[in-house]
Amino acid sequence: MKTDIILAGVGGQGILSIAAIIGVAAMDSNLQVKQAEVHGMSQRGGAVQSHMRISDSTIASDLIPLGKADLILSVEPMESLRYLPWLGPEGWLVTNSVPFVNIPDYPALDSIHDEIRHLPRHILIDADAMARDLKSARSSNIIMLGAASPFLNIPYQCLENGIKKIFGKKGEKVVESNISALAAGRQFAEQNK
Amino acid sequence: MQKLVLLGDEAIAQGAIDGGLSGIYAYPGTPSTEITEYVLNSKQARELNIHSEWTANEKTAMEAALGMSYAGKRSMTCMKHVGLNVAADPFMNSAMTGVNGGMLIVAADDPSMHSSQNEQDSRVYGNFALLPVLEPANQQECYDMAYEGLRLSEQFGIPVLIRLTTRLAHSRAVVCRRELIHQRSLSLPQSQNQFILLPAYARNRYKKLLALQPEMTKHAESSKYNEYIDGLDKSLGIVACGIAYNYLLENFENLQCPYPIVKIGQYPLPDELLTRLAQACSTLLVLEDGYPVVEDKLKGYYPQTIIVKGRLDGTLPRDGELNPDVVAVALGNQVRPGIKKPDLVANRPPELCSGCGHRDMFDALNEAMAEFIGNRAFSDIGCYTLGALAPYNSICSCVDMGASITMAKGAADAGLSPSVAVIGDSTFTHSGLTGLLDCVNSQSPVTIIISDNETTGMTGGQDSAAFQKLESMCAGIGVEPEHLHVVIPLKKNHEEMVSLFKQEFAYQGVSVIIARRECIQTLSRRKKAGKAE
Repeated sequence: MKTDIILAGVGGQGILSIAAIIGVAAMDSNLQVKQAEVHGMSQRGGAVQSHMRISDSTIASDLIPLGKADLILSVEPMESLRYLPWLGPEGWLVTNSVPFVNIPDYPALDSIHDEIRHLPRHILIDADAMARDLKSARSSNIIMLGAASPFLNIPYQCLENGIKKIFGKKGEKVVESNISALAAGRQFAEQNK
Repeated sequence: MQKLVLLGDEAIAQGAIDGGLSGIYAYPGTPSTEITEYVLNSKQARELNIHSEWTANEKTAMEAALGMSYAGKRSMTCMKHVGLNVAADPFMNSAMTGVNGGMLIVAADDPSMHSSQNEQDSRVYGNFALLPVLEPANQQECYDMAYEGLRLSEQFGIPVLIRLTTRLAHSRAVVCRRELIHQRSLSLPQSQNQFILLPAYARNRYKKLLALQPEMTKHAESSKYNEYIDGLDKSLGIVACGIAYNYLLENFENLQCPYPIVKIGQYPLPDELLTRLAQACSTLLVLEDGYPVVEDKLKGYYPQTIIVKGRLDGTLPRDGELNPDVVAVALGNQVRPGIKKPDLVANRPPELCSGCGHRDMFDALNEAMAEFIGNRAFSDIGCYTLGALAPYNSICSCVDMGASITMAKGAADAGLSPSVAVIGDSTFTHSGLTGLLDCVNSQSPVTIIISDNETTGMTGGQDSAAFQKLESMCAGIGVEPEHLHVVIPLKKNHEEMVSLFKQEFAYQGVSVIIARRECIQTLSRRKKAGKAE
């Protein structure tokens, strides 16, 4: 078993916190993990990505080869498309539909959504609206994790435990709202995949 | 033993802590910052009373580490590759003095220049100084090499350089810890002349360093980090250095490479292992991140019938970091990218944070400079280097730490007016002070803007050595009080800043304008921490 994931977003959007939960969950499932992150200049509002590899056997490269990713998990729609050359023939693209516009030449959102909808395996989800419905606006990243959860090859329970571990310090309420967010994202993916 | 998920950087830090470290000194620099940060935040390091500190620059850091080694304790200094240029003087000469307590120097290289101005390869420095170099392939080796490197340094009596690259520095994996080694106690070197590089003593020390070289090679031959891994297919022999080994294995089913490999993790190069490879295979492929250091060495070393391939003959790109795909091409494997990136995807370069004080400073500077068509400010290394990009386009240089001030001086001497420097607070104390002294001593007509965000911002907000000291330092160096100003870079102060800049542009001597407002990143973290309490 091997899952190669490209996490994508804009510096400051918190893709590394998603990676942290997947990492803990994978370790819980006795899987090996390698995760290459971007630190430094790009973190200032630039395009950022993280290569995350999970396997039940030894992982060699910290980077995923082109055309080999099983999943692109993006918290921003244009950023999800940036890494398509890495997506494998059977890979899924899961992305938040809400743009982060900090450049003057940001393309028309409709055409971005169209590009995504043309992909054979995609989940396009308005995680921000869903988070507002759940009355926890800051949980959109966890909703995204939930939406990607069917493709991670990690038991769902382990992801829940990962949330408990990562958010445990912040109290029961924060843990609960994030677990609900995870479930909401999961449900959306199951209904729309 | 305990298992931890660590970045390569963090694994080095933990390895050094467990290896009996007593002190770490560093100036932050991507991709090395997380090493020192880890020690600073480590409860274990605090309990062990390990001295950890951000210093004014890499040179002062390395000298302090050498001083701790002189006193018999194990020390470490960490820097990005270009930081080793700043510390090159103590680096080269620490090879001459040797050490007392073990001393590790960590240089994190940045091939592909993710966050740097060049992709120089620190292994060249290791060779230059005649020091042993360790190059980890994975996070566990990061840990082990730091853990063992301190002892290796004592064994040879010279510093040991660990060289890694961005990819490993910033990639996480599980690391297994080893038993804690106790710190050494204070003990002075046996000879009080060891660290005195008077020519007469230095000549002796140099002979000792030269005499060590065969021993270092012998050690490298049997090092567990240098390994001959045989393969059935002798049509190609592969030399894989550091992280390149992973990219090699990635290209084979079940990570089984059919070709013989020499995996390199310790320098000087293991001659015998490489010769064995060259005897078995008539074509060698060298995979190394950074410069073609090993390839260059092997080319021409063996009989002409041996072909050496790598970055120099175009088998691999001459620049940029390696990855599984360029290695695949070098091996003759097919790369099958997924879907082409749609044309509509726009570039998203980094930018100054919204609300950042540098923004207000550049807005004012641009207006003040507008009448001097084509004239931009010399600048430096930090977040404000982003003033090079739209919408600001305010600066004309970013070369090395502190160069804004001295380049502005040289240009002023050539007749450029106004000649303006923009430098950050931490960069100013790193390498700007001496340049300012030059300006003052020759009364150069320069306007120096210190954009003071009270932190080392670009690397994530480490303490700035300049904190609350800038005015007194500038005055002490001799900047006249009437040409030393402090402004708060806020929109509401825009007109004030513009007229102040213009006024000082007109002055035919040294002016310093400190534009001071706390970094909004550290401010928001401070507020959050305050709330949590």
